[in-house]
Amino acid sequence: MAARTVDPLVPVTLVVGPETLLAERAVAAVVRAARRAQPDADVSEVTGSEMTAGGLAEHTSPSLFATARVLVIHDVQNVPDAVGDALVAFAHEPVDDMYLVLVHPGGVKAKKLLERLRKAGVHEVKAERLTKADDQVSFVRSEVHHAGGRIDEAAARQLVEAVGGDLRTLASAASQLASDAPSGVVDQQLVGTYFEGRADVKGWVVADRAVEGKTGAAIEELRWALQTGTDPVLVIGALATALRTLARLSGAPRGVRDADLARDLGVPPWKIRILRGQLRGWTPAGLARAIRAVASADLAVKGGVNDSTHALTTALVRIDEARSG
Amino acid sequence: MNGASDAAGMADMVGTAGMTSTTSASNANRGNGTSVWDAVVGQPIVPALQQTVADASASLDGAPSGSMTHAWLFTGPPGSGRSVAAKAFAAALQCDSGGCGTCAECTDVRNGTHPDVAALVTEGLSIKISQVRELVPKAALRPARGRWQIVIVEDADRLGEDAADALLLSVEEPPDRTVWMLCAPTAEDIAPTIRSRCRVVQLRTPPSDAVATYLSTTEGIDKRTATFAARAAQGHIGRARALATDENARSRREEVLKLPFALDDLRQCLDAAASLVDAAKADAERHCDALDAREVDELKRALGAESTGRKPRNMDAAVKELEREQKLRRTRVQRDSIDRALIDVLALYRDVLMLQLGVRTELINDEMRASLDRLARNSRAESTLRRMEAIGQAREALMANAAPLLTLESMALTLREG
Repeated sequence: MAARTVDPLVPVTLVVGPETLLAERAVAAVVRAARRAQPDADVSEVTGSEMTAGGLAEHTSPSLFATARVLVIHDVQNVPDAVGDALVAFAHEPVDDMYLVLVHPGGVKAKKLLERLRKAGVHEVKAERLTKADDQVSFVRSEVHHAGGRIDEAAARQLVEAVGGDLRTLASAASQLASDAPSGVVDQQLVGTYFEGRADVKGWVVADRAVEGKTGAAIEELRWALQTGTDPVLVIGALATALRTLARLSGAPRGVRDADLARDLGVPPWKIRILRGQLRGWTPAGLARAIRAVASADLAVKGGVNDSTHALTTALVRIDEARSG
Repeated sequence: MNGASDAAGMADMVGTAGMTSTTSASNANRGNGTSVWDAVVGQPIVPALQQTVADASASLDGAPSGSMTHAWLFTGPPGSGRSVAAKAFAAALQCDSGGCGTCAECTDVRNGTHPDVAALVTEGLSIKISQVRELVPKAALRPARGRWQIVIVEDADRLGEDAADALLLSVEEPPDRTVWMLCAPTAEDIAPTIRSRCRVVQLRTPPSDAVATYLSTTEGIDKRTATFAARAAQGHIGRARALATDENARSRREEVLKLPFALDDLRQCLDAAASLVDAAKADAERHCDALDAREVDELKRALGAESTGRKPRNMDAAVKELEREQKLRRTRVQRDSIDRALIDVLALYRDVLMLQLGVRTELINDEMRASLDRLARNSRAESTLRRMEAIGQAREALMANAAPLLTLESMALTLREG
């Protein structure tokens, strides 16, 4: 995204990060800019491991025909040391009309080379994974915007929830929605028409709904979770942890400071308030029954019952019964 | 594999029946005090095995083989000394004088250095097919020094189906002088194809006075401690030895036996479960940490990590594989430790039940009689039975790979309710 705002046509562009979509875009931006400057620009792509010092010299020496050239080196962490030195030398003294794009997938390999290139003042583009939902939402919004449409926060969030965190899928979904929106405005209804369902439901979401007494919602989340490949055992673990924490909280002596309580329960301090809310409506006997229900579901799942969905659903229903006494 | 299964045709539960009925002269093995059979505690089957050794010895000189055969299955509850019995039998077969306990053959077998006695021991959760495949060619060799080529498979119940198949052909028709000895808790733990090739030697839970005598005579433990340990271990010899010699094991047990008295509220139940799991983890750490590190070191050295200065190819993969196995072993150690604790708690409730029903019998936890009496008065026999049932279910669940903490929490909560 950064690549779009500044002029991408610099002697050396360093693309660092594991998110391939963003990396590809950064590469494409340079290529596009080079072609815009000179339509007959010559583009070659190689991988780091097959690059030799001689090969690099061949690519980077001034061309007889004086066309602009772009050399993309993928997996630059695999280049031999000699090539690495040559790259750094090039970064210090670039050749006219020659543009290098070095793609590094992140990680520690060839970290030194990266440092030296950075010191030489190359232009760096980050291609980090967007793991936070908020980042994904703003990614969707900017995608739609670039495709000439508009989308509000809620609709973007709905799309992220339905599609999951894979940027490639999100990008194509965003461009599809933008071009299909009648007036360019993508709203929740349109998202709902194309993308139904949920991706990436975590076990603890199910557990939170269950201990809050929202059994219907819990079962719905459970179905999504299992549908999208969450291991039933993880859901069991989340349920057990949630109930255990509540049971410990319920037995905690009065007058303990929240910070000490949090340490005792092994949760972050801000969670205490949420846990107190969840504890409302539970009796110790109910918690005991609920824990036992989860234990028998665990055994059912481990013992290889045919239908772990059924075992888990039963557990949720029994948790609900235990809660309402 | 199954098609060829009847070829040998000497399946033998009949042999077992014959052997177990020979129970009369049970003390014959405690003669001169040095025999290899001394380590086999409280097993009336020993004279029959000694007879077999005599038959085997005679058969080498051309006499009919009598009760000697080429595949044996030692069964018996945990701690009854299956592998000890198999080793004693192996030593006796190799020894010129039927297991004198002092000659080179006997000592080598005892030390595990006899060239003609191979033992397959596993610390993992299962015996891998590759381990079996290493063993099978060994079984095809003639004995190098001794009279027989003997292969002992301890924990044969941990043979997977494929591993058992790899074993089958050799167990079925081994060369003349080869003897297989498998050990498992019950004959049903062994694949029927293998089981049917073996003569079964059924060991029993040794009576606690036999265990006490064994501990005080051979391990030099004072009489009182030996009696206590034997009683508390309920016939598990290894456990009795640990209780008699290891202060740590004794205090662990005391700790565990407090559990039924500290289940007053929800939090205490959860704490009790957590402390059981933590103690098991600590056990596993004590048992595994040093061992794991040493094994990794040895593997690296075997691959030449230190000598060449360069990291050997594939070393990381080999180490990773080893670590995976070590993790399995840790799981097993942890699980066994929890199971031991549960058996102790179960025994406590058994005592309570005895008191409630007015059965006059020896209490396993006699030293805590007062607390047991109190527990017995405060509940009814029905709920004691329900509690015992809950412990049994928890043990089964753990064997079925259930989450330990959750299972124990559920058990503790059931114990509290009764």
